[in-house]
Amino acid sequence: MSKIKAENVNVYYGSKQALFDVSIDIAEKEVTALIGPSGCGKSTFLRCLNRMNDVIEICRVEGSIKMDNLELNSRKLDVVRLRENVGMVFQKPNPFPKTIYENVAYGPTIHGIAQSKEEMDQIVETSLKKAALWNEVKDRLDEIGTGLSGGQQQRLCIARAISVSPEVILMDEPCSALDPIATAQIEELIDDLKKEVTIVIVTHSMSQAARVSQKTGFFHLGKLIEFGPTDKIFKNPDNQQTQDYITGRFG
Amino acid sequence: MNLILVTFIILLAFTSYYFGRKKALVIQSSQRLTALPKFYGYYLAAWCAAPALIIFALWSVFEPSIVKTFILQDYTDQNLTKNELQLIYTKVKALAAGTYTGNITNFLDESANKYIQLKGIANSAKVAIILAILIFSLSFAYRSVQKNDRMREPVEIFLKWVLFVASLGAVLVTIGIVFSLLFEAIRFFQAVKIFDFIFGTHWYPAKTFVRDGQPDPELMKDAFGAVPLFAGTFFIAFIAMCVAIPIGLLSGIYLSEYAGRGIRKYAKPIIEILAGIPTVVYGFFAALTVGPFVKEIGNAMGLEVSAESALAAGAVMGVMIIPFISSLSDDVMTAVPQNLRDGSYAMGATKSETVKKVIFPAALPGIVGSILLAVSRAVGETMIVVMASGLAANLTMNPLESTSTITAQIVVILIGDQQFGDPKTQSAFALGISLFIVTLFLNVIALSVVKKYREKYE
Repeated sequence: MSKIKAENVNVYYGSKQALFDVSIDIAEKEVTALIGPSGCGKSTFLRCLNRMNDVIEICRVEGSIKMDNLELNSRKLDVVRLRENVGMVFQKPNPFPKTIYENVAYGPTIHGIAQSKEEMDQIVETSLKKAALWNEVKDRLDEIGTGLSGGQQQRLCIARAISVSPEVILMDEPCSALDPIATAQIEELIDDLKKEVTIVIVTHSMSQAARVSQKTGFFHLGKLIEFGPTDKIFKNPDNQQTQDYITGRFG
Repeated sequence: MNLILVTFIILLAFTSYYFGRKKALVIQSSQRLTALPKFYGYYLAAWCAAPALIIFALWSVFEPSIVKTFILQDYTDQNLTKNELQLIYTKVKALAAGTYTGNITNFLDESANKYIQLKGIANSAKVAIILAILIFSLSFAYRSVQKNDRMREPVEIFLKWVLFVASLGAVLVTIGIVFSLLFEAIRFFQAVKIFDFIFGTHWYPAKTFVRDGQPDPELMKDAFGAVPLFAGTFFIAFIAMCVAIPIGLLSGIYLSEYAGRGIRKYAKPIIEILAGIPTVVYGFFAALTVGPFVKEIGNAMGLEVSAESALAAGAVMGVMIIPFISSLSDDVMTAVPQNLRDGSYAMGATKSETVKKVIFPAALPGIVGSILLAVSRAVGETMIVVMASGLAANLTMNPLESTSTITAQIVVILIGDQQFGDPKTQSAFALGISLFIVTLFLNVIALSVVKKYREKYE
């Protein structure tokens, strides 16, 4: 079932066009991987899905992106509500310089989700458990989040993202700053999370895309070259460019 | 003469730089160089300039006192006091320069001739010695270059010493200032009890002035109570901060988080211009515009307002301090990594929530630092207070009355005629060192606060 449906999305940074007529169907409760060489527009596309491009002054988005029939690329959209539903995990772990508890409680606080301290404690615990971090930090929730290791910080960021129970989580190369063990932990986590949420992940690692995703889209020079089931993209792509990229002939 | 000599040394140093570099290129044709050619140039230039300039400096420092000793030797049998000898020496110098207008005695004339003679000898000796040193050190250095000795290390060591001397100079000057303050303050506290100074509530040093002779100790006791000055200083600084902190912080937040690039590009320099306005201009602005304005408004409301009010001085001082706070807090908030902002926005936080919960706490150490810096500025500010808040040291907490500060009183004490041994003059040093201690204390607090929060946030 389709969760997000993008049609003819064009993105411009000033006069430079970054995305050309991208159309894509992202299925519910699946992992969709976006791959492609650096600067191909995959992160730009990802940031369209929670309107993070609004932060960039010179950025302009055209086209239609519908999530459950709600037009995302509309002036009237309540961005706060959208971002509550569409969480994001960034390339570099970016926990706030606050305690571990406060980091996870950040979203529920600003959206007024918890009615009491007990409820908040519960949300924090559940989120940290889902992010597979609870056992490591349960005794030091009042320590600073930035004091954790890189992999732990990234799982803390995932806990922060799922604390508001989003329907979609966007991940922008979430493992590129992590070592192989931390990467494996995050990938396992992605596998667990997809039972409940739709995940869109941008990655540079083709093996990661192959491991975690059900669908894969290949971007090149701002265009979506090929999109389909991960198996097909990696074993038998239709497009020669995809074939070349997958086999490491460029990129 | 001196100017010509120094210019000559410097020109020679430049010439030897080019000469050394050229020489290196010649050496290069037959053997491997020990360093880049420019190091050969630096080496020669350093050997040319440094010894000659050091000797020149030492000579210039010691020459006058040596000449003076020679001249005053002739007067040792007259049993004169130190001050009288100094007076004679001044006369001799004036006579030698042809600007003396008093009675010329034979003895004085003789001394003046001797002075001119000595000066001449000293000058020729100086030139001769410096030329000799130049020749000696240059030939020494040139031999090293010819032998193709190692060039890089000596140049680096030389640079290290130049830098060391520069920082040593700065440290020594600081220590010197602190000690001179301290010694004069100690002398002041021999005349006035430290207890009376710190806890006395009445500041009126003019009262102690007595023509010829020692002032009455009873009067002294009640004239140097610094409490009104400390109170006035902090009171005015407090008023200033009440103006500067809200406006400065809010505009800093606007500039760093809300303003578009276009606005920021123009607004920031304009606010920073405020910091470039001389304080004396703020002073007459406070005295001629704000002061009377406050008085009129107060009078219209039926209040008793002095034309020189703490409110006017403090408010204008606050305006002066705004750019410190806004510019520095803008800088520290801009320096908060963009990925923290992204993290917050991606959670659905609005701009104001992001500022309040993420940016501001992360930037807090820098902001506290900038505020404490601004407080030191306010406490040390002089001109505005002198011009706008009056010089009478009233002990008051009424912002509509006039009050005075430590710095303003130092000005009052040291302008016009004063005697150096006088407790009134020395009280300026006592005030100076108190002010120094207060600002030092503020800075120490600022640093420790910043450090504590930095540990927490990094």
